[in-house]
Amino acid sequence: MLYLELFLQGLLQGSIYALIAVGLTLVYGLLRILHVAHAGLYTLGGYFGVLVYNSSGSLMLSGVVAMFGVGILGVIIYRLCYEAILDQPPFVPLIASIGLFIAMEELYRILFGSYGISYANPPLQQMLPLGGMYLREGEWVTILVSIILIGGLAWLSSHTRLGLAWRATVTDPQMAESFGIDPIRVRYFNFFIGSALAGTAGMIVGILNNLVEPTMGSVPSYKALAIIVLGGLGSVRGTLVAALALGVVESFGTIYLGNVLNRDAIAFVFLILVLMVRPQGMFRGI
Amino acid sequence: MGYEISLLTFMGISIIGSLSLNLITGFCGQVSLGHVAFVGIGAYTASILTKADTPFFVALLAGMLLAGSFGVMVGLASLRVRHDFLAITTMGVNFVFLGVVRQQEWLGGELGVSSIPDPGLGKLGFLALVLGCVILVALLSLQIRRSWMGYVFEAVSGDEDTARMLGLDVSRYKLIAFALGTALAGLSGGLYAHHVRFIFPDSFAFVESITLLAMVVIGGNGSILGVIVASALLSVLPQWFQFIGDYKLLLYGSLLFIVMRFSPGGLAGLAKNIFPKSKKAFALKGNQ
Repeated sequence: MLYLELFLQGLLQGSIYALIAVGLTLVYGLLRILHVAHAGLYTLGGYFGVLVYNSSGSLMLSGVVAMFGVGILGVIIYRLCYEAILDQPPFVPLIASIGLFIAMEELYRILFGSYGISYANPPLQQMLPLGGMYLREGEWVTILVSIILIGGLAWLSSHTRLGLAWRATVTDPQMAESFGIDPIRVRYFNFFIGSALAGTAGMIVGILNNLVEPTMGSVPSYKALAIIVLGGLGSVRGTLVAALALGVVESFGTIYLGNVLNRDAIAFVFLILVLMVRPQGMFRGI
Repeated sequence: MGYEISLLTFMGISIIGSLSLNLITGFCGQVSLGHVAFVGIGAYTASILTKADTPFFVALLAGMLLAGSFGVMVGLASLRVRHDFLAITTMGVNFVFLGVVRQQEWLGGELGVSSIPDPGLGKLGFLALVLGCVILVALLSLQIRRSWMGYVFEAVSGDEDTARMLGLDVSRYKLIAFALGTALAGLSGGLYAHHVRFIFPDSFAFVESITLLAMVVIGGNGSILGVIVASALLSVLPQWFQFIGDYKLLLYGSLLFIVMRFSPGGLAGLAKNIFPKSKKAFALKGNQ
């Protein structure tokens, strides 16, 4: 039973990682940028969620604001920050992105205070038994939302014209452009979707912890990088599997290796070991 | 006066750290996001040795050796993974280092190592030692760039596969870059530990690696003078920003972003645009 519970907790953490990392891998697949500031958008999703919920009391409304608000902000960040430096060597956007992330975290701290904000009357906290497992409502919702959103994304990319244009641009930007696809619009779309997913993840984590603080993005910022690298950089399918695998490895690792290494170190030992065996990540080319 | 001396010493240590990263990232083109782990290895090694009554210079050297040997291991990893994969792997090295140090009782755990003995050179003497090291490291960098090895580094940084096709032993030179760069990082760590005389895991957190990389990139990746100027500025900037207190990090982050957004070549790139003839003095690399 303990194993099953650890496994489920790992999957839960993994599905949150997945929501964050998919956006990052989309950006990487299209533009070859390691978009660290993505985690800043994730934090913003948490803030949108808690602020709107506390003032309106509607979970639906706060979800919509967190998703679309953050999505639009992601597009603005691309337009103002990355567009001009796309042709630079990769560490230029990387440092720019890290600078942006530090500035965002500090801005949240100054605007919303360093102690964080809690939900006035926390939603989705009841325990709900399902198949012998006791999880909070919020945790079931997390799993459900991740499945719906990522499933929706898969459908979007395989069954719509927009998705077709998107995949074409990732595969061969020039060829796609000569077929009349507007690459700029595809990029906007890409940033919108990725950021909206991160915003949703931020709101979910805010509800689960019942706390939104300025630094909540610090851990996901680098862990999501580890995940997309494990997944083979730019492969959405690989990222999903890597996110879930990392969640499970961490959940077991903290129990069995907790007194030798902390959670972050376990994640990165796993990363380094996998990369030494498969330098292109777990799933490139699968 | 004591404050200025201490600040200058700190500046010198930062310059050694960033010049050491410049060898790996600037010259040889291998982006490292975990360089401060090697600074940490040097710092921990040297301070534990001097606390066990080892002479200061021997401890410093031991720190360099150990940091260098770990550097060779990461260098071996760089033969296996490339580009962004390497960047994230080195980032992982930083977190693994922190994770290990935090959990080891004999390394002081979370509390770190305190009351590190004074090397007995006096404040000015220590400053002189640090500045001497800065000059030596800068000269070494210059020498490397002018040598055959410097050309190989540039070739590896420009296009690894072509360099290999030309018959250059890419693997060997990458390892040399890592060994040299990380050993010098160990030197700056040993100096740092005996300057502040108190170290703990957070002194070597990931954000410090970013700061080092920022110094290299803002200076203009590969430009020795640029990197020196940038690290001198960035290491004292937080001190100057004290008066804006709460907004210190906000300004720092924005600055990183703005420099990269509007002058991706860093300070050296900026200088080159303003004074086109000084190109040689700043010695930019071709890929800027």
